[in-house]
Amino acid sequence: MNSDVATKNNASTKTKSKKKRSQWSEVWRRLKQNKMAMAGLVILTILVLLAVFADVIADYDEVAIKQNAAVRLQGPSKDHWLGTDNLGRDIFARMIHGARISLMVGIVAVSIAILIGGTLGAIAGFYGGKVDNIIMRFMDVFLAIPSILLAIAIVGALGQNLFNLMLAIGVSSIPGFARIVRASVLTVKDQEFVEAARAIGATDTRIIIKHIIPNALAPVIVQGTLGVAGAILSTAGLSFIGLGVPKPRPEWGAMLSDGRQFLRNASHITTFPGLAIVITILALNLLGDGLRDALDPRLKQ
Amino acid sequence: MDNNILDIKDLKVNYITDEGTVQAVNGLNISLKKGESLGLVGETGAGKTTTALSVLRLIPNPPGKIENGEIYFEGKNLLEASEEEMRHIRGNKISMIFQDPMTSLNPVMTVGEQIAEGIEIHQGLDKQKSMEKAKEMLELVGIPKERSVDFPHQFSGGMKQRVVIAIALSCNPLLLIADEPTTALDVTIQAQVLDLMNDLKEKFDTSMILITHDLGIVAETCDKVAVMYAGEIIEFATLEQLFTEPKHPYTKGLFGSIPNLEEDVDRLKPIRGLMPDPTNLPKGCTFHPRCPEAKETCKKREPVSIDTGNSHMVKCLLYEEVSQSEGAK
Amino acid sequence: MHKYILRRILLLIPVTIGVTFIVYSIMYFTPGDPAMIMLGENAPEAELIKLREEMGLNDPFIVQYGRFLKNAVQGDFGRSYSTKKPVFDEVFSRFPATLKLTVAGLAIALVIGIPVGIISATKQYSLMDSVSMILALLGVSMPNFWLGLMLILLFSVKLGLLPSGGDAGFSAMILPAITLGTGVAAIITRMTRSSMLEVIRQDYIRTARAKGVKEKKVINKHALKNALIPIVTVVGLQFGSLLGGAVLTENVFSWPGVGRLMVDAIKQKDTPMVLASVIFISVTFSIVNLVVDILYAYLDPRIKSQYS
Repeated sequence: MNSDVATKNNASTKTKSKKKRSQWSEVWRRLKQNKMAMAGLVILTILVLLAVFADVIADYDEVAIKQNAAVRLQGPSKDHWLGTDNLGRDIFARMIHGARISLMVGIVAVSIAILIGGTLGAIAGFYGGKVDNIIMRFMDVFLAIPSILLAIAIVGALGQNLFNLMLAIGVSSIPGFARIVRASVLTVKDQEFVEAARAIGATDTRIIIKHIIPNALAPVIVQGTLGVAGAILSTAGLSFIGLGVPKPRPEWGAMLSDGRQFLRNASHITTFPGLAIVITILALNLLGDGLRDALDPRLKQ
Repeated sequence: MDNNILDIKDLKVNYITDEGTVQAVNGLNISLKKGESLGLVGETGAGKTTTALSVLRLIPNPPGKIENGEIYFEGKNLLEASEEEMRHIRGNKISMIFQDPMTSLNPVMTVGEQIAEGIEIHQGLDKQKSMEKAKEMLELVGIPKERSVDFPHQFSGGMKQRVVIAIALSCNPLLLIADEPTTALDVTIQAQVLDLMNDLKEKFDTSMILITHDLGIVAETCDKVAVMYAGEIIEFATLEQLFTEPKHPYTKGLFGSIPNLEEDVDRLKPIRGLMPDPTNLPKGCTFHPRCPEAKETCKKREPVSIDTGNSHMVKCLLYEEVSQSEGAK
Repeated sequence: MHKYILRRILLLIPVTIGVTFIVYSIMYFTPGDPAMIMLGENAPEAELIKLREEMGLNDPFIVQYGRFLKNAVQGDFGRSYSTKKPVFDEVFSRFPATLKLTVAGLAIALVIGIPVGIISATKQYSLMDSVSMILALLGVSMPNFWLGLMLILLFSVKLGLLPSGGDAGFSAMILPAITLGTGVAAIITRMTRSSMLEVIRQDYIRTARAKGVKEKKVINKHALKNALIPIVTVVGLQFGSLLGGAVLTENVFSWPGVGRLMVDAIKQKDTPMVLASVIFISVTFSIVNLVVDILYAYLDPRIKSQYS
């Protein structure tokens, strides 16, 4: 029943520029109809605002990392909405500063992965043959190492700091993006409008930038959204085992790891940062699923 | 009436989608005598397949829903039968051949298994006996029985359709519904498959409904023809009546769209326009926007099916008025 | 078919060498002097120089890697910088615990994921479908180490029903296995549902129904066998995240597996131990994927006949 819509959509991806805008507004229209996706988007917007204005809401030096033995291990109260941790620091303040780290690592890591993985995938798909073979076999080897292990090894080797963390998580998600971009390049490459461009003498670079990348964008956007979720989970995981951001910087995974010893009497230290992770990932997943349906109505069930 | 094997009365089927309600079948009547072959002709989207699936009660629900009507098979209303009763009818008394042989066989089961399955269900034979019978069926449709252990992807399109035919005929059904059985095949293979179907139909004395958009195939195989437009039967006649004296403007249009070697016509006369949007059918006669003979009343009044003599049924106001004015005299 | 299996097994060799190369290269960048890590910071300069010479630390990278690979083939992954024992023995002795946990997690994921996915697909848009899809969404959004801690909080701390750590019998395995399996269960549920929905719409399912096959059999035989093909691939890939997730889960439950060994080794800059752990787990993952590929060919006759 959707085939009409699908062909229309297909047609608009083929005819470029002017119709491009209407295609994106069509995607936005479909996305808006998806309540779950919009819920995800709203949650994410709030999280981003909290992260951006974290300093305004609670001062980093004075509230988020300053220890205060007098108020340690307190439950939620009027002064400390989500209670305090074992060093008397306000958990809510630490969580919004933690949101900064999580979102930043998530976005930077995925950008690294898209940039490197996408380029490799595009080259492999576009040129095919030996180049394709070498790049993709290399990616296969990367995929054989579970990504969290790879990230652990990289952080372990390079040393523990924010930059290395982003690099490690970014590098470990390269193969996924390489595969996706390669696959969509392969489907676009042989379509007639690319051949037409080539026939009028467009260079390879021009074809890649003007024709192939815009058309490979949809799956990358979807995978990118879900990838940020994965990167945030990995960040929290690495911090949890003590390989994340160095202390005393607040990070969700590290915060709940700190709370482990106090699980019996002050479980809120562990519960709240965990909930922050769940809500963030949930929102990203909702948005990612919604984007996938909105970008490719044929897949919608 | 009593020797009718199938009687469909006032069938109405809707598909309820986000974009609106699709009126796929709209008060359809068909009757079929034992041993007869009926050609169900119409454009894509006329509701032919939906009609066929309704008989087997296999309309996917949701989104499809049989809103109204009765389907009598051997005197029993299938729309009131239990699911269990239907299962005994499907593949046993009524079977169906689907349009696309490429997709209608299960890719992970051997063709032997797929033929034997129906036999095992309906004939109470054990696995081994069913498989033997399945191999016989394969031979019957012209495939060596050694190939029963092969999977569908190892067969060509025409061969697959032979397998589908073997599945459909394995339990000697009383009624065979063939939904565009040759459309997906090469022209050379089409004739072979059609001949095979005809032979087997004669052999087992099966009644048949042949769904097609190809009047040539109808001429070769059918005794009666029903022409379908926008979910309704607009003309119902014997093969001869229809081919010598088509009445409905749409049917005439169909004949005008195919080249005729005997008559010398300058150019083909295609029917203008497209099938109406099934979520928003025109008022009055559904064909009036495309009809070359349409009058003002066609936009307002819905025609009813009338007998123009010798059971040649037409649903068109042109003939209604003739008979009415005759009646007035 | 044999040709296919043989080909896949042979492919394992370059992949394994590739894995060792990547991991060795990464670990090569580890700052610090291995000789000093082994002998301690106050060791006399002469001894350090002697040890560096012995360990071949002055050779170019590629020579060192070649030597590592040559020894690794013979099962010698070097000695731990901290315990001075062969790392292979250490990793190997810890490996069964990790495997046990991973397989238990996978079992939970399959036992929950496949049936729930099938029911969800066959009863699309029902209450049951909505509830399981929401739970599955929560499942994929939850970090497993946090889930583990929450389970400990509920079942060990509050209810006192199950142990919170260690590897002592069946009851000690329940919480870690649930912790590890939940996320993958959620992924498999979602995958099974979408794969089933796709298959249920195929023409051959209609053919089966038109034959008079019972609905239950249509689903469990005709549909499931086709739907399983993509699911098997996902299960294979998810085994990797199970092995990765085991590293975190082991740390939550003090489970004596390779994951914990590895994390401890990283903190002590015990490079050979880290190297051996990562390689060991990656090779396991590759072998599982090999098995999955063979299973895949077995399930899908279209692939099988390509190679026979």
